[in-house]
Amino acid sequence: MRRTALLALLSHWRHHPFQLLTLVLGLALATGLWSGVQAINAEARASYDRAASALGSDRPVLQAATGTIPESVYIAMRRAGWKVTPVVDGWIEAGEGSVRLLGIDALTAPPDFAPAGSLEGGAAADPLGFLMPPGRMIAAPDTARRLTAKELPPVIVSDAAAPGIVLADIGIAQQLLRLEGQVSRLVLAEESTATLGNPEDFLEGLTLNAPQGSAGLQRLTDSFHLNLTAFGFLSFAVGLLIVHGAIGLAFEQRRPMFRTLRALGLPARTLTGLVAAELASLAVAAGLLGIVLGYVVAAALIPDVAATLRGLYGVPVEGELSLRPAWWGAGMGIALLGTLVAGMGTIWKIARLPVLAPARPRAWARADARLAWAQGAGAALLALVALGARAFGEGLVGGFALLAALLLSAALALPLALAALFGLTARLARGARAEWFWADTRQQLPSLSLALMALLLALATNIGVSTMVYSFRLTFDGWLDQRLVSDLYVTAADAAEAERLRAWLALRPETLLPIWRVDGEILGRPAEVYGVADNPVYPANWPMLEALPDAWDRVRRGEGALVNEQLARREGLNPGDRLTLPGGAVMEIAGIYSDYGNPSGQVAIGLPRLVALYPGVERLRFGILTDTPRELARALTEELGIAEGQISDQASIKAFSREVFERTFAVTDALNVLTLAVAGFAILTSLLTLGAMRLPQLAPVWALGLPRRQLARLELLRTLALAGFTFLLALPLGLALAWVLLTVINVEAFGWRLPMYLFPAEWLRLALFALIAAALAGLWPAFRLTRLAPATLLRIFSNER
Amino acid sequence: MSGPRPTPLLSVSGLTKRLPGADRPVTVLDNINLRIDAGETVALTGESGSGKSTLLHVIAGLEPADDGHIRLDGQDLAALDDTGRAALRRDRIGIVFQQFNLIPSLTVAQNVVFQARLAGRNKASWTAALIDRLGLAEHAAKYPEDLSGGQQQRVAIGRALAPRPALLLADEPTGNLDEATGDAVLDLMLELVSETGAALLMVTHSQRLAGRLSRILHLSHGRIAG
Ligand SMILES: Nc1ncnc2c1ncn2[C@@H]1O[C@H](COP(=O)(O)OP(=O)(O)OP(=O)(O)O)[C@@H](O)[C@H]1O
Ligand SMILES: [Mg+2]
Repeated sequence: MRRTALLALLSHWRHHPFQLLTLVLGLALATGLWSGVQAINAEARASYDRAASALGSDRPVLQAATGTIPESVYIAMRRAGWKVTPVVDGWIEAGEGSVRLLGIDALTAPPDFAPAGSLEGGAAADPLGFLMPPGRMIAAPDTARRLTAKELPPVIVSDAAAPGIVLADIGIAQQLLRLEGQVSRLVLAEESTATLGNPEDFLEGLTLNAPQGSAGLQRLTDSFHLNLTAFGFLSFAVGLLIVHGAIGLAFEQRRPMFRTLRALGLPARTLTGLVAAELASLAVAAGLLGIVLGYVVAAALIPDVAATLRGLYGVPVEGELSLRPAWWGAGMGIALLGTLVAGMGTIWKIARLPVLAPARPRAWARADARLAWAQGAGAALLALVALGARAFGEGLVGGFALLAALLLSAALALPLALAALFGLTARLARGARAEWFWADTRQQLPSLSLALMALLLALATNIGVSTMVYSFRLTFDGWLDQRLVSDLYVTAADAAEAERLRAWLALRPETLLPIWRVDGEILGRPAEVYGVADNPVYPANWPMLEALPDAWDRVRRGEGALVNEQLARREGLNPGDRLTLPGGAVMEIAGIYSDYGNPSGQVAIGLPRLVALYPGVERLRFGILTDTPRELARALTEELGIAEGQISDQASIKAFSREVFERTFAVTDALNVLTLAVAGFAILTSLLTLGAMRLPQLAPVWALGLPRRQLARLELLRTLALAGFTFLLALPLGLALAWVLLTVINVEAFGWRLPMYLFPAEWLRLALFALIAAALAGLWPAFRLTRLAPATLLRIFSNER
Repeated sequence: MSGPRPTPLLSVSGLTKRLPGADRPVTVLDNINLRIDAGETVALTGESGSGKSTLLHVIAGLEPADDGHIRLDGQDLAALDDTGRAALRRDRIGIVFQQFNLIPSLTVAQNVVFQARLAGRNKASWTAALIDRLGLAEHAAKYPEDLSGGQQQRVAIGRALAPRPALLLADEPTGNLDEATGDAVLDLMLELVSETGAALLMVTHSQRLAGRLSRILHLSHGRIAG
């Protein structure tokens, strides 16, 4: 009996192949987008871990306050029994931007130092080649491709190498980085030797720091990953709405069959079990498809993600995806879980299905009237949660809780709002046709509401995210123009070259502006301290958000400091407050400036003050004010012998900065489009399924004198009306979303708050897109209606009651 | 005999209708000829499956004939396209379906006036009286699915009569009613039909009810007998 019943159940899908496709594809999309984002996150995390291990930050480290440590100190410590290994760390030019070069001492480095295997593959296979000039460099494939400069030693490509980091013997690295006789830090190979005494005995300011692990990188990029996760979750939710809709429709269509099976003696428990098994097997099939899809999505997005993480956070991430078994398991799990969530209601209904109940076309709507209360209450509750999250929520999690509550509340309220709206239009309608049109539209809402919710979420997200992106672009562009005051930027190779540059420019009309900085900790977090030269271009251009009246005078006199917005917001600083700089100097905050795109806190003080506070500051970087940047750049290379790679002009820095953000937004855009596509698909499938179910409702109207062609037109119009109204409701929701993104999420994630700009042209484009998508989705069912044989409509008269 | 007869309201000549059968088309209606004048009331009887509903559908232009002509007010249905036939149905014909076919999304009152309003011939006082006389006043705001079969049938009758059609086609309009209610409904229909001067073609299994109409046609194996 079970077999017969199962065959009867499954026969439904043979007659409704499209519904089956909807179910499987919806679930596959949901699983795919979700696990794609998870794959990207996992890949990035693995990169962070590899980087931490390569940099030795998973072990205790000795660092000098002044920067580098003389090699003699290293030798003295080894003699005293300290098991330390030296590391040279710096940046070399490569392709777009630069890569990090790490020099290690293969003889003293512990075997598990640097990513496992990268040494076996490179150094161990050919130890002499690695050690002796010209030496070898080891890099991950993606990084190796960027190493194009010809004076570099041959590169060994290793999959195990940390992304964005090139490994070489310490002697070779010292040469390339011009750090002869110096090391950047000493890594403790054996922790036990840390008890041997005070490192300060060897060098003043030499301190032992606990292992950092990848926590630093993770914290820096947490916000980015949270963003991705939120997007993945949204797509997953939208996909689940589709699945829920498909399961619900399949249930409604099979209701008579369920009843017959029950009436013929199939116990409710068996029927429930059979339906659950049917859903589970569909979930497995869809899960497999989804995992493949997720891999494709992740592989397509990861180069942009890697570029973003590199450019925006300076975090190396390999732009290639590796497959992880855990990820397959998680993908399958999420598919099953999603099906369970989406199908629970239906399974519960089947378990409690009354054997005898009249077919009631409006029953769904009726049950909905009761459900409407629940929905309305849910929406109101979530709105309260949103308000609560706004008032009391903290951090990024609070921000995302606010977003989630807002979106869900709106989605729940959507059917109610549309029902109220169509009730109103029905009352305002003149003529029987219009009245029927609106009443019928309203009656269809329950069956379409899930697809419409998906559309609402997709549209609102689109409006919200694009408002944020466009606001950011506008603000960022204006800010870049202001902030990059110099026309040319030069980094001298060493102090001698810097001196030559200074002497050479002194004889020319151009102005040289030192851009010197030290890195340190302010209020317990890494921060940068810049020196600002005394030049009128700064007061004229520096993008101040808030300042004391004579802020620049204070800076010039060495009394005042300017802090960037992210530092001020994070620590709740205001102009007039006092701030302790690295090293202990206390200064008054004279102003707060915007500093987009910078993940860390920053302080600007007068240049003389910087030099006085930090005599060891590196004095190699300069800005130059000139009207003829190109000519000057050529003169610098030809007359002073400064390499082209050391000079960059304002335009190319701007282009580079913009490109970094464009690639960030490319990821967002792609996810945006995918979410919209999923929503469009939801509408199409709902309409197609409804097409057949709706004939009993359309047939009498046709019989009473509305031609099929007109009915088809009305059906199309209905789809457009539904999409149009949904868009109208999505607009305020999207703007609310943008507001939350700009004033809550951005502030939490990046530390800056952006002004919100409105882009009505963009809305128009989106509205058009929504209408076109709806029209495309509605066209086929409508066309089918015009082609429908009268006999089909008539058969309804003999079959349906 | 009599003088020159006026153009009949409905004339059917040589009507043949085939429907797909198990292996080959089955001739459901076979060379039917009939005419109905304005004001006439005609009963159509015949055993189950004899083609009564099919004949009504073809006359209403819901389904095309395979052969023969159907003229309403001299207008040949075959010459009209879907839109033309729809307009003719809307303006001239009222149909009471065997299965009612009420519009589920509209209330009883809205269902009753629906066709009349489509045809642009809704007179509020007339439909209000109609709803009242059909005993539907207390159900006016309900939806069809909340009514009993007999109540739904009365809504269907009201909907067909509201636009004051020239031809009322009724497929067993009293089939779901008890004898007393059936009689009352038929009284009402006949009364209304004579008030509006419409013609009535009514399918019924009841010889007693058929006897109350001016003429009886008997359909047997797709042919009119007697
Ligand atoms: N859509 C259809 N396709 C094929 N055959 C049909 C179709 N509709 C009806 N028939 C057949 O046409 C014949 C006439 O059907 P019709 O519904 O006109 O009978 P009826 O006289 O109204 O019967 P009843 O008194 O039971 O209502 C029947 O034999 C029926 O099986
Ligand atoms: Mg019949």
